[in-house]
Amino acid sequence: MTALCLNKIKTHHAVVDVLSGGNGPDLFFLHGAGGVTAEDPFLTALAQRYRVHAPLVPGYGASDECESIRTMLDFTLHSYDVMDALGLRKPIVVGHSMGGMMAAEMAAIAPHDIDRLCLLCPAGLWLDEYPMPDIFSMVPYELPAVLFHDVEAGAAMMTAGADFSDLTFLQNFLVQNARQLGMAGKILFPIADRGLSERLYRIRAKTLLVWGASDRLTPLPYGEAFKKGIAGSELIVIEKAGHMLPLEQTDAVIRAIDRLG
Amino acid sequence: MKFTWFNLMPWPHLPADFRKKHRSVWVDIDAKLYDPVKGHVVYNNYLDMLEYADAMGYDGIGVNEHHQNAYGLMPSPNIMAAAVSRRALNAAVVVLGNSLSLYNPPIRVAEEFAMLDVITGGRLVAGFPVGTSMDTNFCYGDIPALTRERYQEAHDLVRKAWRETEPFAWNGRYTKLRHVNTWPKPIQNPPPIHIPGGGSVETYDFCLDNVYSYSYLSFSGYIRAKALLQGYWDRLAERNEPDASPYRAGFAQTICVAETDAQAEELYSEHVNYFFNRCLHIAPGFADAPGYRTIKTIKSGALSQFSPNFEEAAHMSWKDLVEGGFIIAGSPDTVRERMEDLIKGLRVGNIFCLMHVGDMPLEKTKYSTRLFAEKVMPRLRNMWPEYDNDTRFWCQPLAKRATPGPVSDYNAAIGGNR
Repeated sequence: MTALCLNKIKTHHAVVDVLSGGNGPDLFFLHGAGGVTAEDPFLTALAQRYRVHAPLVPGYGASDECESIRTMLDFTLHSYDVMDALGLRKPIVVGHSMGGMMAAEMAAIAPHDIDRLCLLCPAGLWLDEYPMPDIFSMVPYELPAVLFHDVEAGAAMMTAGADFSDLTFLQNFLVQNARQLGMAGKILFPIADRGLSERLYRIRAKTLLVWGASDRLTPLPYGEAFKKGIAGSELIVIEKAGHMLPLEQTDAVIRAIDRLG
Repeated sequence: MKFTWFNLMPWPHLPADFRKKHRSVWVDIDAKLYDPVKGHVVYNNYLDMLEYADAMGYDGIGVNEHHQNAYGLMPSPNIMAAAVSRRALNAAVVVLGNSLSLYNPPIRVAEEFAMLDVITGGRLVAGFPVGTSMDTNFCYGDIPALTRERYQEAHDLVRKAWRETEPFAWNGRYTKLRHVNTWPKPIQNPPPIHIPGGGSVETYDFCLDNVYSYSYLSFSGYIRAKALLQGYWDRLAERNEPDASPYRAGFAQTICVAETDAQAEELYSEHVNYFFNRCLHIAPGFADAPGYRTIKTIKSGALSQFSPNFEEAAHMSWKDLVEGGFIIAGSPDTVRERMEDLIKGLRVGNIFCLMHVGDMPLEKTKYSTRLFAEKVMPRLRNMWPEYDNDTRFWCQPLAKRATPGPVSDYNAAIGGNR
């Protein structure tokens, strides 16, 4: 297995933790609101075929939150700052959920800088007929039911290694949770819509939208709305997968990404 | 000592099985539980109570701001303050307060507080809470990690709007106004300001920097509040502040007075139970949006955020609530003794007396209110004689104030010539 290692790079706003590893074409991965670790099975599998660069949003993992990144535009430009600091030129850009929202914004803001884009059930739109559940008002044990196709297996995945009866563990968990979701809330709270629908038309990249058939957080109509908004995009629906499809159907998601060439 | 009769104004008609059948008293509470026709009586009773407290000689009558809940029915405390200001003519009107980051633009607060201060002839005591996470984030949609920055900017704007005598431009991150020139200006400029806090060092410093009074508004009672307020006094000492006036701090306490201890239980137990069992039943997910508290604050007391005390208190007996200090209840002598402990133990000069509890009806509330005013308050008056001259944290009304004219009927209005 290719191991991912953690490096630090400096941008205008922050010192950023970046997980990188693997060989192959450069792939820039933006994680979802739950964050990502060096042991993430999806990233590890990606690193078998790509040179993966997965920056953590400041505040995620062990990194400090960043007060000067406040708005969607700040997040978007910061992501470009990270890409530049890594010396990447037109990598394949993949984003999951919140990271998909950021990736779509990047491709819309500077359409000539991204030509291959894969959005895994991105956030960023709001459909009145399908109101997204409010993850910010959920306690951790309520999350697997909206995140996973197989709720039981998902719950086991989320709590692996966790011991909530250990007060130090609990304290650290609360601090990390507040740091991570506090930063995520800047673009996702209270509704994860910062006007992306009005900018989707600018995206020129070859775009794949990959969706879990049983996504209960951003159900399939969101995928259809993205498809409608991005000219020439393709929507791939994966069975037996919920919002956490990279973890639930890792191989199928990687096969989809491979289609970007 | 300054005693403010403070009313949360809970909805008193929640069903007995509320806790079992409903997930939260706040944010997404079932709207069908509200009945505006009953609400008419409820509001008027609550306003009667505030006016009664004024007549009983309380130093202040207090209101506050909450949204989308059955715990406190005042989305706009300024409306309630205005409603009492022409009938309650002596007490300070304590608005604790306006959640600054929720007003757009925030100069609305500068304007409305100025109006209240002018109407009452300088009887306003103002408050600037951040607001609970339920109110500020979940009901009003303020982004949690930005709430404090927005609050701070709004605070600076309101203070400047009161202070400046020329129009000025405000180019803030959250508010941009080319012409700030608020009319009217308050009589007291600024009015005394109290800040409800929850134990963060940032808030201690904010109060000390601005000479604001620090208030702890909790329902877990004075025994549990000791550590938190001690933190404030320690911080004050650490900063070498020139004085440790007890008026720099306030505390809210549920108080029930009867002729005897046994009578207090008999009269008030069900209403206290209503409050702890139903009014504090908040879905845990709404208690604290991630980002609402600073990382520093969570690190200092992360576990308390789940408020296990209320979960416990919901099923506590009267005896446990009294002994645990959640409530101070009993005969005037018992209440006086416990209040002395509280006042000395916490070193507070401002008490926000929660005399109405849960679904307590008007007459019982008046009874407890009167006993406290007549038999307890006078004996607690002079607990801090050496700070009698500290006027920084209380209103300074005009000596000569306008009085409302008589209520007119038609005949009087046309001069009795009909």
